Amino acid sequence: MPQQAQQSVETTVDLAAEFRESGVAEILDELDRELTGLKPVKRRIRETAALLLVERARTRLGLTTETPTLHMSFTGNPGTGKTTVALRMANLLHRLGYVRKGHLVSVTRDDLVGQYIGHTAPKTKEVLKKAMGGVLFIDEAYYLYRPDNERDYGQEAIEILLQVMENQRDDLVVILAGYTDRMDRFYQSNPGFRSRIAHHIDFPDYEDEELLAIAETMLARQNYAFDAEAKAVMADYIRIRRTQPHFANARSIRNALDRARLRQANRLFETVGGPLTAQDLSAIRASDISASRVFAAKPAGGAEDGA
Amino acid sequence: MRITQGTFSFLPDLTDEQIVAQVEYCLRKEWAIGVEYTHDPHPRNTYWEMWGNPMFDLKDAAGVMMEVRACRDAHPDSYIRLNAFDSTRGFETVMLSFIVNRPKVEPKLVMTRTEGESRVQRYSIKAAV
Repeated sequence: MPQQAQQSVETTVDLAAEFRESGVAEILDELDRELTGLKPVKRRIRETAALLLVERARTRLGLTTETPTLHMSFTGNPGTGKTTVALRMANLLHRLGYVRKGHLVSVTRDDLVGQYIGHTAPKTKEVLKKAMGGVLFIDEAYYLYRPDNERDYGQEAIEILLQVMENQRDDLVVILAGYTDRMDRFYQSNPGFRSRIAHHIDFPDYEDEELLAIAETMLARQNYAFDAEAKAVMADYIRIRRTQPHFANARSIRNALDRARLRQANRLFETVGGPLTAQDLSAIRASDISASRVFAAKPAGGAEDGA
Repeated sequence: MRITQGTFSFLPDLTDEQIVAQVEYCLRKEWAIGVEYTHDPHPRNTYWEMWGNPMFDLKDAAGVMMEVRACRDAHPDSYIRLNAFDSTRGFETVMLSFIVNRPKVEPKLVMTRTEGESRVQRYSIKAAV
């Protein structure tokens, strides 16, 4: 009898213990702590993590044998954190044991599609080989499909991708990313992709306050800080920048901050004669931001009032 | 005749799991892996045909196995080996090389003896089925 007991498979699973041991909690906490906003995204990731944990427990008890489909689609406007979240996702899947190495390979159309006949397949395969054991992140995936050109080599890349996504689900997870509307059109014209992707996660735009919080975190990471006035100006900046073309959420903020640092450095050179303290070197003042072109251009609405 | 070239060649043929384990070892050492094949196992035949380019920057053995399988499909009746290349300055050489596929019937190495000037004996080895 004791022998039989040894041989039998596990009959119970302690989900809480599994959760603790897998280290998923740390990643989810990190996600909450380090990423501002993105509530629906965080909720979806939590749900996905729970599903995968349960799935893993089911596999252990012999209830399922198949690897669940893990390919995902991240849709949202530029600068909403798709790449950042993909990186965390790779880490999460690694902790849960669904990918072996947990690295992220980020590519665009140029890395997959060749320029002449016979160039595409080796290029796509090269990328796939590098991504094996990790996550392949295809940014702006809809560029792969060009309906206006029948002979576009993108189709070839798509076919290879689909084949690997189906046959080597244990080896790699593919995340497709891009603008919401264009990705929708892409899936409509490529039903193969839609049916192979289980998780669709939509990234909302950031609120103004969230962007301000992001700006402060970005600065803090580089040991800079706004003074009180600069913070107010930055809030204005965000409000106005949003109405202007090519607004890319957090990416626009990062660029604005880079330029602000440039102006700060110039200001320090031109105005300060004596020795500088660490505080002088790390303070971003209102003038560093208000010199931006964004304030010079009239916002789309209410241009007349301002005149 | 069983050809013994490269590492592990006196052992029974490696299974795919064993090959994966070896490849994982190579990748951990950051060696680039190249797949090569030939029909001629002559010991002096050092340059085999390359199956694609050597694979740099791989993280997982699955990528290598993809190529090994493709090469086996294309050349089932040939020798296929994996070369692991270390690009570290000072080494820059193959660190590990082992056979992962053999033809069903391996050729014999036949030695021929030719008499030259002043009864000098010249020996040459040739692979023959």
